[in-house]
Amino acid sequence: MSTEFNNQPKKEYKHSVSLDSNKCKGCTTCLKRCPTEAIRIRNGRAVINSSLCIDCGECIKVCKYKAKKATHDDLSVLNNFKYTVALPAPSLYGQFDNLDNIGYVIKGLLDLGFDDVFEVACAAELVSAYTRLYIKRTNIKKPVISSACPVISRLISMNYPFLCENIMPILPPVDIAAYLAREKVREKHPELDEKDIGIIFISPCPAKVSYIKNNFAGDRNYIDATISVRDVYFALLDVMKKHQGEDPPDLTETGMIGLGWASTGGESSAIFNDRYLAADGIENCIHVLDRIDNSDITSVDFVELNACHGGCVGGAMTVANPYIAQARLQALKRYLPVSPNRPASEWIPNEFFNEDPIEYSSGDRLSDDKLTAMKMMSRIEEIYENLPQIDCGCCGAPTCMAFAEDIVKKETTPEECSVIMRKLFHKYLENGNDTSVFSELWDFGKKKNKDNTEE
Amino acid sequence: MSDILKFHFDVDGSDFSSAGEASVLVKKKLRQLGYPADIIRKVSIAMYEGEINMVIHAGGGSADVEVHEKEIVIILTDEGPGIPDISLAMQEGYSTARDNIRVLGFGAGMGLPNMKKYTDYMDVKSEVGKGTTVTMKVFL
Repeated sequence: MSTEFNNQPKKEYKHSVSLDSNKCKGCTTCLKRCPTEAIRIRNGRAVINSSLCIDCGECIKVCKYKAKKATHDDLSVLNNFKYTVALPAPSLYGQFDNLDNIGYVIKGLLDLGFDDVFEVACAAELVSAYTRLYIKRTNIKKPVISSACPVISRLISMNYPFLCENIMPILPPVDIAAYLAREKVREKHPELDEKDIGIIFISPCPAKVSYIKNNFAGDRNYIDATISVRDVYFALLDVMKKHQGEDPPDLTETGMIGLGWASTGGESSAIFNDRYLAADGIENCIHVLDRIDNSDITSVDFVELNACHGGCVGGAMTVANPYIAQARLQALKRYLPVSPNRPASEWIPNEFFNEDPIEYSSGDRLSDDKLTAMKMMSRIEEIYENLPQIDCGCCGAPTCMAFAEDIVKKETTPEECSVIMRKLFHKYLENGNDTSVFSELWDFGKKKNKDNTEE
Repeated sequence: MSDILKFHFDVDGSDFSSAGEASVLVKKKLRQLGYPADIIRKVSIAMYEGEINMVIHAGGGSADVEVHEKEIVIILTDEGPGIPDISLAMQEGYSTARDNIRVLGFGAGMGLPNMKKYTDYMDVKSEVGKGTTVTMKVFL
């Protein structure tokens, strides 16, 4: 695989994080928390740069005004199909207080109108088995980085060209669950037309929604719709009440390993080998990737990175606090077998490999022309030197450096800097309302500084 | 192209956790400029190793990166204890790092050898008691 620049015009990336501009107050909360600096405040509203957004959902989690939201299908999507299969992510089970058997959740999903349920946790156990086989291979780049969190895969494709080949080429559990679920339906109901079958993923996060919308799994995308853990949770509360007091339905087929995937460390511990690293929180993941990129982490075979704190239970489309959800999952695991789902073969079937390996595609290149890029960069440095460097965010950019870049890209102008404007305004008053003091905003920061005695 | 682009970074010697920050910043700049992955990686690793060295041995220093038309030049300057025997220091596995640094996973004696390995030119000038200047070049 080439790690050279991809000069092809990029396919437009479909995002699942969007903004309700009526609710946005233009505060700087999301601006400062976005790990890829993809947000700007323009005309008093947040704007997301789609070529930099990795759908991590941080902005959804931190917005005080609930102006950021995840776009996904709702439960009415079931009406679009004759036969539907629910694919619940294991994190769904951690949302319920006092749940002692997963069977109640599965029964509830059937009551909601799904014709069948295929637990993603079951497929996760297969992926764990395949991962154990894969990391034993000698012709692969180590450490192997998990392909499960789509935020991490997208981040690597944008910022870590050298690590693209470290990403495990085996499809994540959700895709394998979808594949197997569809096979099952085909076998049970050969009379059904392909388009009548709806494989519906119940997702904890917007990144998974984007992953599916953008066909990251290539032609092997078997998922037809994605609904949120949150919506399903509230719908389930009503239907599950009806079964209170009944014996738990014997419907779950997952084990401890499958449930473990919902929180950080679960996927790693299932490689049955202590040479692993498991990290969560996007800032920690970035730090770890920087170290791997510098060949500084060589003592591990496998790296599990989850953009959300706590792992998938921390996704922006869940209800429960991630650590409370994790404690509930621990209790649910207690009486489960270790890993009842085992692959039929000692080799990894071809259909479980990703056909489109992840490739480098930089989202933040200044210009396609090297000379122009150099000139822009030198101007950015010049402007930055003259900015207050306090990263207040009032200009609408997360840092003074990002502001300098925006000025050079002609997306904003120097007078958006409140600190500079206040200084100039004082000067204007002192100089007897002389408007010429504002002229330094033109050619802002250009070399004249050399003999400038000002601070 | 007449302009050369210069970046200057101060490497704080008091804090291990910040070692490598300049390398991450340079990586971003080179990405923005559109350099290919292998060039970015060479510069990044050389700088990272250099930063760690300055933090471990010299109490910090400074890193200057110059982007020329045909090469990227990295100059690491410190006012540390200096290297008495440069050819010995260039040997893989040779290290004078103290145990309290080794337990952190640093000081494996691969710093200078890696800097040489990942760059196309390297020159080390050092004076005991005065400091060390490492100049590295990655050809474009």
